[in-house]
This record gives sequence, C-alpha cells and structure tokens, in this order.
Amino acid sequence: MTMSCELLHVLHRAGADTPYDMTSYEGARARWCPGCGDHGVLTAVQRLLAVEQLVPEQTVFVSGIGCSSRFPHYLKTYGFHGIHGRALPVSTGIKLHRPELNVFTVMGDGDCTSIGAAHWIHALRYNLDLTVLLLDNAIYGLTKKQTSPTTPQGVVTNTQPRGSYLPALNPLTVSLGVTNSSFVAQTAEWVPAHLFATLRAAYRHKGTSFVRILQRCPVYTPEMYQAVVRDPARVALLVHDDGVVVPELDRTFTTQIHHDPRDLAAARNLAESDDLIRLGVFFRDPDRPRYEETRRVTPRTATERMVRLEEEFDRYAV
Amino acid sequence: MTASPASLKDNHSLRAPTPPSIKLHEHTIEIVSDSGEGAQKCGQIFAAVSARMGNGVWTVEIIPAEVQPPPRVPEGASGNRIRIGDGPVTNWGDQTNLVVAFNEQVLLARHRLGALAPDATLLIEEMWETSPDPAIVAAWQEAMTELTAAGYRIVRVPMQAECLTVMENPRKGKNMFALGILAWIYDRDLERIREQIAIAFRKKSEAVYTTSVALVDLGYQWASEHLDFRIEVPRAPGDAALVVMNGNEALGMGAIAAGFELCAMYPITPATSVSHYLSEVFERFGGLVHQAEDEIAAIGVAIGASYAGKVALTITSGPGLALKTEFLGLAIMTETPLVLVDVQRGGPSTGLPTKVEQSDLLAALFGQPGDAPHVIIAPATIEECFHVMVTARRIAETFRAVVMVLTDANLATGVTPFPRPTPDIRWQAAPIDLAPVGADDLPYAWDESTGLSPRIVPGQPGGMFTLTGLSHDGRSKVAYSAGIHQHTSAMRSRKIAVLQSVLSPPQVYGPAEGDLLVIGWGSTKGAIEEAVDRVRAEGLAVSSLHLRFLSPLEPGIKAICSRFRNVMAVEINYSDEPDAPFITEENRRRGQLALLLRSATLVDVDSWTRVPGEPLRPGAIAAALRERLGRGAAT
Repeated sequence: MTMSCELLHVLHRAGADTPYDMTSYEGARARWCPGCGDHGVLTAVQRLLAVEQLVPEQTVFVSGIGCSSRFPHYLKTYGFHGIHGRALPVSTGIKLHRPELNVFTVMGDGDCTSIGAAHWIHALRYNLDLTVLLLDNAIYGLTKKQTSPTTPQGVVTNTQPRGSYLPALNPLTVSLGVTNSSFVAQTAEWVPAHLFATLRAAYRHKGTSFVRILQRCPVYTPEMYQAVVRDPARVALLVHDDGVVVPELDRTFTTQIHHDPRDLAAARNLAESDDLIRLGVFFRDPDRPRYEETRRVTPRTATERMVRLEEEFDRYAV
Repeated sequence: MTASPASLKDNHSLRAPTPPSIKLHEHTIEIVSDSGEGAQKCGQIFAAVSARMGNGVWTVEIIPAEVQPPPRVPEGASGNRIRIGDGPVTNWGDQTNLVVAFNEQVLLARHRLGALAPDATLLIEEMWETSPDPAIVAAWQEAMTELTAAGYRIVRVPMQAECLTVMENPRKGKNMFALGILAWIYDRDLERIREQIAIAFRKKSEAVYTTSVALVDLGYQWASEHLDFRIEVPRAPGDAALVVMNGNEALGMGAIAAGFELCAMYPITPATSVSHYLSEVFERFGGLVHQAEDEIAAIGVAIGASYAGKVALTITSGPGLALKTEFLGLAIMTETPLVLVDVQRGGPSTGLPTKVEQSDLLAALFGQPGDAPHVIIAPATIEECFHVMVTARRIAETFRAVVMVLTDANLATGVTPFPRPTPDIRWQAAPIDLAPVGADDLPYAWDESTGLSPRIVPGQPGGMFTLTGLSHDGRSKVAYSAGIHQHTSAMRSRKIAVLQSVLSPPQVYGPAEGDLLVIGWGSTKGAIEEAVDRVRAEGLAVSSLHLRFLSPLEPGIKAICSRFRNVMAVEINYSDEPDAPFITEENRRRGQLALLLRSATLVDVDSWTRVPGEPLRPGAIAAALRERLGRGAAT
C-alpha cells in the first residue's frame, strides 16, 4: 500500500463523512518518560484510528503490565489494562464473544516474550482477527532495568550487572515458526512513516497481525539504537505491494529488499540474519484459518434454547 | 449365538424354577475390572436401568489414575459401585454386598481397601486358574486363599469361556455378559437394558449393539441356570418425571439453562468431563467451549468474554485453581463478573487426581493475594449441580462478582436420578445492553450503601473507559490515594454482606436443639444425614446443618449453633486428631469449614474429617458421632 493517500490523512479533519479525527481518540495525557518510544507509537495508533475512522466504542485496546501497557489509558476507546503477560487471552475472549469489535493488543517485550510467551505462541496459532503490537525496547522499564528476553547479550542491567548472559530471543523467528501464524512484521518507532504504514497493513490484515516495534528507552538503554538511528544504511526495508511501501523513505533508506510476504522460507531467512535491521512485512497469508470463523456458532434465542434444553432432558429422562 | 428374547423365554420354561428373591431395602453392587474392559459401561447401564425402573440409585466410579495401567494389578481396579435402594439413595453407603470381578487382583484390591461387606457375594471370572502362565495361576491361588479366608461367598463364573461362544475377543465383551448376570439377579427389565445399550453405544456400529445384546442375553441365561439366589430391592416408580445423570453433566446442563455462551477450560481431572459434555452439545445452544493453552489463559479468555458481554464460565480443579489466582484477583478488583467451577480432588499438588476431597475451600476463599471478596457456593447434590449454575450466573451479574462453585469428584462422577427440572426462560442471561451511556454514568457508580454498580460493556457509545487492575476510582482512573483505596475496598466487600442479607437461614435437619449439631458442606450431605438418622434412631440427640453458601456464610448459623451443646464440622479434608502426638488445643489444625465457622461465630466448632480418597461412609460418620457424644457426655 502506498503512502500518497495517507499523507492526506495526516492532515485529516473530522467532518460529516469522517466524524473522528486524531483528537477523538485522545485519552489521559501520556505519562511515559520524555523521549520514550511509546509516545511515537501512541501517535501512530491515533493516526491509524482516525484514518480508518474506527468507531471508538467499537474498539478495544488490551494490554498487560509494563510501561507500554499503560497504552489503553491514553486512548479514548474501550481499554483493558490487565495483568502481566496475559493480554492475549483477554483479547481472545473479547474477540470470541464479540467478533464485531476491533481488538488491539499492546504488549512490551517482557509481557509478550517472557511471562506471556505461551499465550503469544498460541494466539498466533489461533489466528483470531487481532492486531498485536510488541513494543520492544529490549529492557524491563517499569521495574527499573532488568534483562528481558530481547535484551542483547552483554547489555548491563540490574539483574545481570556483568552483562546479559544469553543471546537475545528473536521475536520474528519465533513468530514465523508458529504454525498458522499469518502476519509478521517489524517496524521502528523512529521511522514514523514506516511505523504508521506497518500498523495500517497490520490492522487491514484479517487474522492475527503481529508487529514488532523496535523502540528506544531513553532512560535505561539510550545507546541501544543510536547507531542505527544515525545511520540509515544499517537498515534495510522489505518492500512489496502486499507488504509496506513508503516512497517518501526511498531517499533515506537506500537498502531495499523486494520480498514477497507469501514466501515463508525467505521470510525466515530474512528474520534470521542480523547484519542489518530489517523493517517491513516478513510474512502475510490472508488465507490461513481464523479461529473465530472456525468456531463460529449460530446464535440461539432464549426460547430456542429452552426447547433444546427439554430435548436434552429427554435424553436423560428416566 | 442366537439368544433372542424368544429363545430366552423358551430356555426359562425348561430350567429349574427361579429361586425366591431375598427382599432387601438396599443393596450395593460393584463391577470391577482392569482398565479398558468396560466395567464402567456395565455399571452405568445397570444404574440407569435401575433408576428408570424406580429404584433409588447412587453410583460412584472406581477409577485408576492411569489410562491403561498394567493388567491384573490391584491399583488398576476400574469400575463402578452402585447402591440401589427402595427409596431415594443420597450417597454411596457403606460396604459393597455383591461384586462382579473380571480378575482376582482387582477384587483383592477392593477387599484390602475394606470396600466389601464381610458377607459379600463375589462373582469372579475363573479363567485365571487355568492360565498357561504359572505366575498367574500362583497369583490366583494366593488371592483366592486370602478371599476365602475372609469369609466371602465366592461364585466362580466362566466369563471368558461363555463369551467365546459369541465373540472372538471377550476382553471387550465380558462387561455385557456381567450386565446380563446382574440383570437376572436383580430382575432388571431386558428391554430397558437394550435401550440403554443403544444409547451407550450410539457412536459405535450396529454390530457392537447386536453383540452386546447377545452377551447380555447370554449372561442372563447363564445366571438363570447357575445361580441359586436372586435379590429384590423393591421399586417405587413415582409419578414425577426424573432425569438421571452425573454431577458434571448436571453442571453442564445447568450452564446451558443459565444462558452461558462461553466456557473456557484446560483439561484437568475430575473437572474435564463437564467440558466433554458441553463440547458435545453446547454449540446447539449457541455456546462455545474454548480449550485454552493453559489454565491461566482459560480464565483470561473467560474474563475477556465477560468484560465484553455476557458472564462467561471457566471450569477447573485444585491445581488449576492455583494457576488462576492472579486473574481471579483481577476479576474481583475490576468487578468483572465471572463464574468459576472447581471440581475438587485430593491435594495438595497433583494429589489424588481422580478422587474426592473438600480441601480447596480455604484456597478458594482466601487464595488471592490482597483483599479479594467473592462468592462461594457449594451444591450438595447432583440436582443442585444443575440449579447452582443459574444461581451463580445471576449473582455474578447482579453483584459484578466472581462466583466460585465448589463441587467435588463424588458429585462429578456420582450418578443419581432427580426430578426433571422445569426450565424457566428467566434463567437465561438477558442479551447485553448496548444503549448509549450518559455523560454522568461511570464505570463504577457504586451505590454507597450496597457497593453495587451497573456495568458498562464495549460497544456502548459514550461509555469508553479503561478497566484496570490498579486501584481506581469511579471513573476507572488509576488512583493510589489512601482514601480511595479504603473506600473502594469497602465497596467491593459490602456487596458480599448485601448478598448475605438476602439469603435464608439454613434449615436444620432434625430437631432444632440437641446434644450435637453436625455441620457439613458439599457432597457429604446425603452421608451425613443418613448417619444422623441412624444415631437418632439409637436415641442420640443429633441434628445436622448443611451449608450451600460458604462466602458469604448463610445467616443465623451462630443462633442455630447456640441451641446445641456441641457443634462439629464433618468434611473430607485433613484435620489433626486431637489425641495425636504433639497435638494440642492450640496447634491442632482443624477442618476447613470448622476453621471458617470458628472465626465467623466464635463457637467452639469441633472437627471430624477424613481424607481416604473416597466419599465418607454414613457408617463411619455415625461411629464418629457416637464417639463424639460419648466424649461430650463425659465432660
């Protein structure tokens, strides 16, 4: 999807046909640290909601616990700020019972890839129509600088003061390894145009769209992406008509890889290599079965149920 | 084999006259085999037919923990225990009077457990005596020596040899042969047995049905030719329409009657069969069983669904309850209605997965860190397992509360008939209201006096708010101030008192005053009341009280207790014996209800509990009551 029409939407104003603008989705004032990557994600999400004109009361943001999980409080939609690691089961319950709602899930790296890892894997397999954002700053922020699964090896933290012991977990390869996973993308908070375009592609995908958003923590890991931010040559964009194309970024990011998101083997190779940071849609298959469709049941009225309950009693009658 | 009903009739006319039946008020029968030999199927059909014919029936499963334990080992005993009576049967009774066993090792297991009455009749497969394996022959001889010495009446049955006349693999057919024997002894209606076989094997082929019927006829014929006794437990077919099922099926049906639309669960014994039942039928009612990736996800999905609309259900057992703890706190803190069923088993840890215990009460009530007031209901009968679901859903919705329903393996696997419920459309959950929310309407508009507040669900225009497990004010805004947390804690707690204020005081079983009041909860009601009847018939002034609500406790308990000289809680959980080493009045760990009652009433509630991994026997309770009163009289 190209950027041209979306540029217009940046200047979007509420009107008769488009009752919502970005301010329509503003909740409480965000209390993240100045310079936190979460702010940029929040703005991109509000822009997405406005561009897609999502009805606020038909939209639910579900989060777990952590800095990024304060997200729903800063939006004027329905929100569910639950417990650590368990956002995805809650989202699953909401979507199963109310498939007409737009359900977004916002998790941090500890939330998603550590304490909630089981739910992450199984949510990808259920493939409900959920937009899932992993706000990955590679550190525990709220609890003050502990190693997370995505913390690079060697990074000094309060729990691993001689440098983090293990190689970082790669959320992309994990996601791409899960059977029935249908959308896996990576973007970065410091490239807002790409962030927005990726979120939009994710939202428009029918199925669980998993977006890892690389982001900076200015307090605990300010150095983490500094070199990449300064040097766009360290970034490669994955481009494809079925993925994300942002022409305005062509001059900044000259390394571009034409990658068909249907090609799972290529996606896994791209996700595996760590020479460059790759942004774009790694994999997308809109034809994978979605759990809410597989499990769709015909609603029954109370009266119908009463009749069928009598039939049930007949089966057990003496 | 051509044992059609007609040929059977001819055969009857040829053989010796039928021996006269011994007439009894009740009889308890067991069918035991190795796992996989179908003894349970035999027992279930026998029980269902007995219920249909007008006997009171209570069935308990005998289940090994493994799916397929090695054959011919005592711990592999699998089967059913059926108590039939001339009136309602409310519990599994004391000891077994007649056993059909497919090998001597499983029989030995029952004997050594003390499950068999001293004068019990044992019908035993005799093929092992002539086994080519000398080890088996030796084991047989050793077991038979022990069983004979115990004084049982032993009847040897050539099950294998007889079944071979009908089928090639009798291991899968002895159960129906045994059913035929029981049908003759207890004069069961063969036509009803055929109906039940058709139901039990509805997913199997026609050939399975035909063979099964032939085997039943064969067993019936064998019994008529070789047995010299029959037993009559008078039947009292009533006018009332009855249904017969186990407690887990009743829970599942109750969930349907209550209008639940989502049951999220993770497999765990002995709760899982609720979801087996629901998985089979729920979709016909517009409902969904979601098998989650783990216990935590199961409750998370249920909470998500409840938050988004109708109250959802999650079903588990002790270890699963432990895993769900954090989410329970979230549901309570956010006042998201939820119904959780805990089908209790023996604990702690993995404990006794298939066996009954009532040890989750305090964990259910106090297991959530922080102050987490919620409702706990314990159905006392299989019938109540049905109705409790309607009550639980209504309370959850009305009070924005977590409601836990505590049943146990005794109710879960026990089968008994009860009056067919008359469904009421008002039991069903109302459709969710998506009307716009007024500008002044808050997500927590607590009524200052009751703590109650209406709920706002996603989809309601103008109602957007973020639910949070953090301390929050009426607008659901995060609020850490001391005053707000004090106030909102009071609001969440107040609801429980309000619920208590609308409950009726529990009814005393027996006179309202006396020497001893026995208090129980859950599945022990039938056994306790039978024990009370027995000791009262002996002249002891004992009554009992059975509680359905454990949180809040039903009103008036202290006043009821005050009219008895002694009060004792009887439960299936652990308590220290008062005269055990090191045990003092101060350090004695009492049963869980006893602890609860003592704290709520300041009554000196004594405790008598057992954790045998099986339901309490009325005889054992009666003995404890006599002993307690003996002690009580001395003081």
